[in-house]
Amino acid sequence: MKPMSSLTYRHFKDRLFFWTVCIFSALTAIPLILIIWEVVKKGYKQINLNFFTETAPSTLDAMLARNSGELIPGGIANGITGTLLMVVIASLLAIPTGILGGIYLSEKPKTWFSILIRFLTDLVQGSPSIVIGIIAYSWIVKPLGSYSALAGSIALSIMMLPLIIRSTEETLKMLPGSLKEAGLALGASYTRVILKVLLPSAFGGLFTGILLAISRVMGETAPLMLTALGSSAINWDILKPTSAVPLLIWEFYNDPNLIDMIWSSSLFLLLSILLLNIIAKQVARKWKIQ
Amino acid sequence: MFYSLISGAIPAFEHFGVFRFIFSAEWDPHPEAEQYGALSFITGTVLTSFLALVFCLPFSLPVALFTGEYFKGKKVASVISAVIDLLAGIPSIVYGLWGFYTLRPLIMDLGLSSQGFGILTASLVLAIMIIPYAASLSAEFISMVPRELKEGAYSLGATRLEVIRNVIFPASGSGIFASYILALGRALGETMAVTMLIGNTNNIPYSLGDTGNTMASVIANQFGEADGLKLSSLIAIGLLLFLITAIINFIGKLIMKKLS
Amino acid sequence: MENTITLKKQTVENKKYMSTAIPEDPILQLKKVSISYTAGKNAVNNVNADIRKKCITAIMGPSGCGKSTLLRAINRMHELYPDIRISGEILMNNRNILKMNPMEVRRMAGMVFQRPNPFPTMSIYENVLAGYKLNGISLPKKEKDELVETCLTNVGLWNEVKDSLLKKGTFLSGGQQQRLCIARALALKPEVLLMDEPTSALDPIATNRIEELLLQLKNEFTILIVTHNMSQAARISDYSMFMYLGELIEYDKTQNMFTNPKDKRTEEYLNGQFG
Repeated sequence: MKPMSSLTYRHFKDRLFFWTVCIFSALTAIPLILIIWEVVKKGYKQINLNFFTETAPSTLDAMLARNSGELIPGGIANGITGTLLMVVIASLLAIPTGILGGIYLSEKPKTWFSILIRFLTDLVQGSPSIVIGIIAYSWIVKPLGSYSALAGSIALSIMMLPLIIRSTEETLKMLPGSLKEAGLALGASYTRVILKVLLPSAFGGLFTGILLAISRVMGETAPLMLTALGSSAINWDILKPTSAVPLLIWEFYNDPNLIDMIWSSSLFLLLSILLLNIIAKQVARKWKIQ
Repeated sequence: MFYSLISGAIPAFEHFGVFRFIFSAEWDPHPEAEQYGALSFITGTVLTSFLALVFCLPFSLPVALFTGEYFKGKKVASVISAVIDLLAGIPSIVYGLWGFYTLRPLIMDLGLSSQGFGILTASLVLAIMIIPYAASLSAEFISMVPRELKEGAYSLGATRLEVIRNVIFPASGSGIFASYILALGRALGETMAVTMLIGNTNNIPYSLGDTGNTMASVIANQFGEADGLKLSSLIAIGLLLFLITAIINFIGKLIMKKLS
Repeated sequence: MENTITLKKQTVENKKYMSTAIPEDPILQLKKVSISYTAGKNAVNNVNADIRKKCITAIMGPSGCGKSTLLRAINRMHELYPDIRISGEILMNNRNILKMNPMEVRRMAGMVFQRPNPFPTMSIYENVLAGYKLNGISLPKKEKDELVETCLTNVGLWNEVKDSLLKKGTFLSGGQQQRLCIARALALKPEVLLMDEPTSALDPIATNRIEELLLQLKNEFTILIVTHNMSQAARISDYSMFMYLGELIEYDKTQNMFTNPKDKRTEEYLNGQFG
């Protein structure tokens, strides 16, 4: 028998590996800190009341302000309203459909139709956002002949749909089966049981899923470039081109005079997404299914 | 959905032929003699995604072990998970900005590329972006390895490292593999950050410092000004991208389904 | 109040029973062993006992009495769960295992678990040699083959699996899997074999085979077995311990304990009045 590799050596290797794991895990926090640091450091000074109430400045105004050493005038009101408009329409489209789909999947998990839905959900969830943009473009923009908020909303709702379906299904699956039986045993109809018993008990899970879906699509840029295009004015008409916060960041990025605005807009976007995530986590904790 | 992609792509395929479209690296919008082929973008996509996978491995695997094994259920693990969640929540465009203003100068200082744009820069940012997907999924598979198996190995005198290598990795290997396949699917379709960092040139990249274009970035960059044959070619690229990611995701899901 | 007083009295009296039962030639000595999960509350309280070489010693008691906790401490498995604290001494061949390297301890004390846990990614052949593989020891092929054959023969599995050594261990039946796990533990030639209710997940026939196997193995190995099956303890063990609420109540030759229990609680337990 060969001599055993010594215990101390094995112990040393074990410790070494452990610390390597710890160090590399800690290293993943560095990009996060750097990104947040950079966005906050460069972005905070642009954030003031005007930032929320005024539309994006023109290149000329920005250049003049830069040359005289002032802050760039104007804000991202057109982006905020645009994002709001599109997210609301997308939610209106995606939430009811998504919840219905989720209910169907959890109630009838084995029919060919639900297998199909599940497959499509996976497919859409895995597709790149730019491809979704192309699809919304050929559905809405091409037939109507114009870029529009509607097209953007459709693109966003396609992206939200699989997320909502999945979270609804998972939440409903976690509800104890006795809950449904108790409702049915009282003589309530199937639909009523779902509406009055299951959905309310699953509310926390559904709400969390919806918030996370919204926070996911809020930062999407690529599909909106092909659908909503952007606009320099506040627009509430769903058939006209509309701006959005990420679209504005893209515009500012491409315009040397407006560079300073990208950081404040990014900061705003990051904070909104973070806020949505925190609310979602809180709701999930509060409404946790026992 | 599928139909609208295909119908949009048909003119390009008809004009160039599917085979020639995929395997031609030429992209020339010169009027009268338009030539469009997807090869350079396919190369760019595959190259950046695989590099990103390689770069993300030394970080995502430790994170998975950290949260799924060493500190499973502990406070520290939830801190790291929160960091990972936050990384996943940052929009692509913000990653792009960060890559442009922080990483790109660094790459230039290191002399890896004169402009700082290119395959390397894009892959590095892409790697950070896919760490969350790879890490959280593989952590789940690692934490699913039954306790009895681990105890069995400890009772034979194994160290933790030996348990990880001989019991946990073999038992969760295919799940971890599937996680990375799905992360690859993510990387393939990532658009904004890559568009901002890859340099946007229509050529096949041959080295890390070369600029190029991915399928997603060429669509993002040229879609707005495109019409006619060019538009159709871009949609065709979108179709190809869709098919590639669908296949990759399908393989990943298939492996996972086999496990459960 | 009165209750605690009587309890205390009994604990004092226990010492008396214990002294008659200390076997000669001990391989394992437990000295004032206390184990706690949460501070202030002992799962195992001040256990003193010597375990005799080449015998089967059974630890009995109602669930939650600390018998598994005690057994796992001998293999230092408790360290996998950092909240567990232990005090006292556990001597194996006169060395305090609590002061040794846990990996070394675990190699000297083999363990068989409640549910069979062969490694699903390894073949039967590799499973038997898993201890060597995990410890980073490489053996020449011939020695490996011999070791696998001896160990599998020892557990009566050789004839059943000799043609399918390269199949995965998980294809075997529950009883066969458990015997494979015993072979895996024996392959490292441990000083003691610790068994944590090894038959509780098996059917009666498989249980019977394992019991026969243990009686045969005690010619070569020292076996410490936790069981809550009293008849099993009566059938196979030479010595028996009865634990209740973390205390070692009685420790004696099995025959003595079953025919003439000295403590009232032991008697009640053996009569099936609790547990």
